[in-house]
Amino acid sequence: MMSSAPTAGVPEPKIPGAPPRKHKSVTGTRRTVAALFLLPALVLLGALVVYPIGYSVVRSFYDQSGDGFAGFDNYEALFTDDGIRTALKNNIIWVVFAPTIATALGLIFAVLTERVRWGTAFKLVVFMPMAISMLAAGIIFRLVYDQDPDKGIANAVWVGVHDTFAQSSAFPKAHPGRESPLEAAGGGAFVTKEPVRLGEPVALPLVGVAPDQMPGDAARAVAAKADPGKVTGTTWQDFTRGKGVGTLGAPDASELGYPGMRIEAVKDGRVVASTTAADDGTFTLPAAAEGAQLRLPADNFKEPYNGLDWLGPSLVTPAIIGSYIWMWAGFAMVLIAAGLAGVPRELLEAARVDGANEWQVFRRVTVPLLAPVLAVVTVTLMINVLKIFDLVFIIAPGSSQDDANVLALELYRKGFSEDQPGIASAIAVFLLLLVIPVMWFNVRRLRREVRR
Amino acid sequence: MTTQAVTKESGKAKASLGSRLAEGVSGGLVRVFLIVVGLFWLVPTIGLLLSSLRTPADMNESGWWTVFTEPAQLTFESYDKLLQNSDITDSLVNTILITVPATVLVVVIGSLAGYAFAWMEFPGRDWWFLAVVGLLVVPVQVALIPIAELFGNIGLFGSMLGVILFHVGFGLPFAVFLLRNFFAEIPRELLEAARLDGAGELRLFARVVMPLGGPAIASLGIFQFLWVWNDMLVALVFSDSGSQPITVALQTQVRQFGNNIDVLAPGAFISMVIPLAVFFAFQRQFVSGVMAGAVK
Repeated sequence: MMSSAPTAGVPEPKIPGAPPRKHKSVTGTRRTVAALFLLPALVLLGALVVYPIGYSVVRSFYDQSGDGFAGFDNYEALFTDDGIRTALKNNIIWVVFAPTIATALGLIFAVLTERVRWGTAFKLVVFMPMAISMLAAGIIFRLVYDQDPDKGIANAVWVGVHDTFAQSSAFPKAHPGRESPLEAAGGGAFVTKEPVRLGEPVALPLVGVAPDQMPGDAARAVAAKADPGKVTGTTWQDFTRGKGVGTLGAPDASELGYPGMRIEAVKDGRVVASTTAADDGTFTLPAAAEGAQLRLPADNFKEPYNGLDWLGPSLVTPAIIGSYIWMWAGFAMVLIAAGLAGVPRELLEAARVDGANEWQVFRRVTVPLLAPVLAVVTVTLMINVLKIFDLVFIIAPGSSQDDANVLALELYRKGFSEDQPGIASAIAVFLLLLVIPVMWFNVRRLRREVRR
Repeated sequence: MTTQAVTKESGKAKASLGSRLAEGVSGGLVRVFLIVVGLFWLVPTIGLLLSSLRTPADMNESGWWTVFTEPAQLTFESYDKLLQNSDITDSLVNTILITVPATVLVVVIGSLAGYAFAWMEFPGRDWWFLAVVGLLVVPVQVALIPIAELFGNIGLFGSMLGVILFHVGFGLPFAVFLLRNFFAEIPRELLEAARLDGAGELRLFARVVMPLGGPAIASLGIFQFLWVWNDMLVALVFSDSGSQPITVALQTQVRQFGNNIDVLAPGAFISMVIPLAVFFAFQRQFVSGVMAGAVK
């Protein structure tokens, strides 16, 4: 974490009424002493921060080997190289969405925690991820986003929700065995070869569902009783372990029904009745099904829904932004909560007395009063996001790292694995140019204070 | 009853039973919402912890949440194995060997400079200070290539000292900024009194300024500590296999994520323990560091 930088002004605490002071040396220190105090800091800053800026600017105008002057070629590559363009596009997505969502969540959390007694505990939980490394957060979210719903919690929850609302298919790979009364009807459905008759129980045996894939509520299959006014039948797994089909076309002792199998009666291409099988595989259709063919529609046999490919090419950037928000919403929340503590309660009360509801108080009073804090938080996060590296490097799997690419990652690749220091330097200078407005703002704000 | 309370009361009187009911429901909704959000924030970390306490075989079988129904899966096996893996334990030691000096140096060098900027007089003082403040937002990425070359030339590339120096360099702008502002608020009389007792600049600094600067120094120290401990990028560039900290050592295992989960999950958790302990022990200083308008 925290490879970002400070900013932009949360106002420092000022002692009210303190007279403007001139920080003169207490007793005219000799300049050599001052120089000695400053020397270590200035030497290190000069060698490790200032010199590299100059070096990068110069280097960015030279070619790969560093011998030939390249003019603006390296900068041109920023906008022509496919890898860098993806990185640039992703950086824009990052800068637009990550800071605003984190700030918005921080604002919501800060306002709502004021209304519960355990607000401090909540804040601690949300703020905590700021203390851990982006590497650890990256590993945490690799686990969260694991594609397999039996490993990754994101897909486990997603599939759970999906299957609650969409019909889940229970019998992937089930198909008619030999001498079956069923035949393929196209699109994965199966249909009886002969029309069904009232009072003649129908057998719809299938094979091919792995024993551990059978639904837990499947019960012993039984032959359906004949009912003169209805069409009845059984659908079941016609397979006994070790014995094959056993009695072909009739349920044996250890064979299980297909609970929940959907069955449609089709006459002239139109569905005239439909039902689902009971736990023992039996089903009953009304008299209208007389003379129809029975169809087992394809959605009985679909592969189970496997969730989203979070770390695949199209979702990888939003997924990583999600993990960033997990880390940094707490930062926004804490700063905004501090700002909120400074909002005069009387103003909020006055608005309520005037008949404003909570939403209006929030929208018309709280948010405008907090605007400066919100701006500071957003700008700080923007600078931070501009340099995002670790999370992308760790969370994006090799196969989609090109799709998740960001400028800081591309700089690292160009500089240290592709041996393109010229282009890497141009990316560095580009990043520096983007933070210069904030640099200027910081200096200007402090100049006023220093001159007090 | 004060007039304000009266107005409030009469305002309330207008509120119907329905709106009060709505208020109660919305209070309940707020609570439910915050609990759900809290779970959202906790679950990923719990997932890591529980994953680190299962065998890789179990991890391949089922999700970590199954431990709630089958707690017998929990085992310290992965930790045992990890602590016998010298790559990991050495890198954990390296993390400490890098973080402690990088923190101490930033605090000492930053304090010296902060004091000079706050209380000494020399030509161009304010301009020098503003120049340092300007460096606050310089991205570390700008320095990676130039410093790699520089360290290569002077034999620091791959050494722990190189990593430490880099962290000190990029920690200093914030340190100087924070400490100068804090030291400047020290009452002049205190310094003058010490001066009259015959203290020289160095004694003044050590006996008066440093102790009074305690809170700011604590905030700075915690920030720098966490920043260096948690860093991966700087160490990835400047350290080698003998000097790499735990973040880099773990990073090399991420490429085969599925196969290395028994190293990655406990490794990541061990690397988090110290920062989390620091965070919980020094929340107040941490927050006031954040408040100083600066999160690095």
